[in-house]
Amino acid sequence: MDNTRRRVLRGASAAGAVFAAFATGALKPSDALAITWDKSAFEAKSMVDALKALHVSSATDSKDIVIRAPDIAENGAVVPIDITSNIPGTESISLFIEKNPFPYVGTFDMTKGAVPYVHVRVKVGQSSPVRVVVTAGGKHYQAVKDVKVTIGGCGG
Amino acid sequence: MNRREFLEVLAAAAAAGMTLDSGAALAQGGADALYRFPKFGNVSLLHFTDCHAQLLPIFYREPNINIGVGPRAGEPPHLVGESLLKAFKIKPGTAEAHAFTYLDYTAAAKTYGKVGGFAHLATLVKRLRAERPNSLLLDGGDTWQGSAVSLWTKGADMIEACKLLGVEVMTGHWEFTYGADRVKEAIEKELALKIEFLAQNVKTVDFGDPVFKPFTLRKIGGVTVAVIGQAFPYTPIANPRYFVAEWTFGIQEEELQKQVKAARAKGAQVVVLLSHNGSDIDLKLAGRVTGIDVIFGGHTHDAIPQPTVVKNRGGQTLVANSGSNGKFLSVLDLDVKRGKVDGYRYRLLPVFSNLLPADDAMAKLIDTTRAPHKAKLEQKLAVTEGLLYRRGNFNGTFDQLICDALLEVKGAEIAFSPGFRWGTTILPGQPVTFEHVMDQTAITYPYSTLNELTGEQIKVILEDICDNLFNPDPYKQQGGDMVRIGGLTYTCAPNAKMGGRILDMRLAGKPIEPDKKYKVAGWAPVAEGAQGEPIWDLVAGWLKSKRTIPARKPNVPQLRGVAGNPGIA
Repeated sequence: MDNTRRRVLRGASAAGAVFAAFATGALKPSDALAITWDKSAFEAKSMVDALKALHVSSATDSKDIVIRAPDIAENGAVVPIDITSNIPGTESISLFIEKNPFPYVGTFDMTKGAVPYVHVRVKVGQSSPVRVVVTAGGKHYQAVKDVKVTIGGCGG
Repeated sequence: MNRREFLEVLAAAAAAGMTLDSGAALAQGGADALYRFPKFGNVSLLHFTDCHAQLLPIFYREPNINIGVGPRAGEPPHLVGESLLKAFKIKPGTAEAHAFTYLDYTAAAKTYGKVGGFAHLATLVKRLRAERPNSLLLDGGDTWQGSAVSLWTKGADMIEACKLLGVEVMTGHWEFTYGADRVKEAIEKELALKIEFLAQNVKTVDFGDPVFKPFTLRKIGGVTVAVIGQAFPYTPIANPRYFVAEWTFGIQEEELQKQVKAARAKGAQVVVLLSHNGSDIDLKLAGRVTGIDVIFGGHTHDAIPQPTVVKNRGGQTLVANSGSNGKFLSVLDLDVKRGKVDGYRYRLLPVFSNLLPADDAMAKLIDTTRAPHKAKLEQKLAVTEGLLYRRGNFNGTFDQLICDALLEVKGAEIAFSPGFRWGTTILPGQPVTFEHVMDQTAITYPYSTLNELTGEQIKVILEDICDNLFNPDPYKQQGGDMVRIGGLTYTCAPNAKMGGRILDMRLAGKPIEPDKKYKVAGWAPVAEGAQGEPIWDLVAGWLKSKRTIPARKPNVPQLRGVAGNPGIA
């Protein structure tokens, strides 16, 4: 019945801290930023604008992108999200939390031979679809998983 | 006279207004018939769950509202009253009908007497195991919490009782509300070598290392049986996270599939999931994870007379749910042939304390445990004129009483009481003791609170809780009931989307205004650092000031869009 958790979640700006665990060490964070850094995507306040800024608006749904995230977040401030792309020739993985004030979290570029696996811990301000866009062979693919953020309490 | 005839005579006598000494009457022939049935197959599994630390016989009224949504609408466990009897072909007016439904509750409770109690459960377990030496006794958790003594001893009373009962494997939920350190200590020092505490879905937050053993392999009559533990996946959400800050839970479906494969690879011929997921989650999970023969479920307190058979890619999985409060014991006889389950027989046995004599050793242990607290527990606070119960999707009369006490003592306009499903029942005319109050409130975060909330905040909170109950995806349900509300009236549309389920909120007939502030009392805050008078003291003080408690009508919302749903009576 306590409202504090939600207030805390709303009070802080979203798309905040991102911790990435790089699967193979083949990926250098500086590379990722150097290649795809685009301020306008980070500043976009809607999914449509963020996708547009990254030029990935026309992505095809793919079952080869596996998103592992909790059905209900234990702590919306740090939600662990695992992304694996089984699409051959995966070049980059982009993550969006649709309902966050700034939906775009970031893009991870895969140098040749890197295992296309990313683990991040990211703020999810309210219940939201988590969207992943993978670029491979010049084409864009996407998958979505819903994560619920709740006030809590009252259970069982 | 066989059992059925006997029970019919008994029901007829009760209906005719005859005063029966139910114990003596039932005992004449009912017990033998109810509890003796031939053993089948070569491996037996006994299961109880959610006893909520009720060591003595109690009354427990099953719900008259338990609405299913989406694919679960009208399916077990979302059947109440006559709909449930019909679905499982149980004759109305029988002892079983009383055990499984709320129908004619007070009169039937007087006829058949109290249910549960570990001394009576112990007798039943002993009888069944005498005939079934190749058996395992499983406890689905919510065992260390729910009574005064369990709270005061941090579950130690229940651990001793479970060891004496012969529990071999358990998993947990409310156990975690004693804090991670206490759980570890209890497992290492008190359960040691007697009861295995299993949970495949609890990991450390930092590196994702397993906290508990995921499964155990037991050789039973030459058959290798694997039991995998599944703790309540939403413990850090439904209960305060600070109790288990270093641990992460969740359903962990993929992990579970790996554990099933690992157990099979080690020779398991039978795989059992001892689960605290809740019925709807288990039913969904059974269709997605393969290789599990049986799920023994708990958490949602559903007493389902027969297991549901769920088909999946690997074959089928039985999903059984064994009720709560020590009221039922599941017995599953399996015939395992050529390394596979070839057939089964199942019974969910109600534990009628008048039909099962108390086991001496267990009765002695319980007496000893209670002795130092007896005077405090048995203190009479008031007499109730109406039936006091909790269970139901929206409200119970005991929760109404708690809300009324909160409104009055805190000087609030609106009161919230959490949608817990534990808590015993008191018959009209019975004294309300301090122990009864603790049966409804014994938690490690009992603080009562008073806050100012705007109409909009109230709406957000109610929508959020309602979604935890009625989200059509079971994996997004938390298994509690709707928050109980004093003062404010509303309409609820369970099948609507989140944001559209809570309608027409009113206070004393006037619509709630989004920007206006309201004084809202509550208890059981999940945030760290909350303070306030423990709810049991507040309610006990209020009861003492009243002495006699008139019958209460629970404040239940108008329902929309669920006409004809067999989860409503």
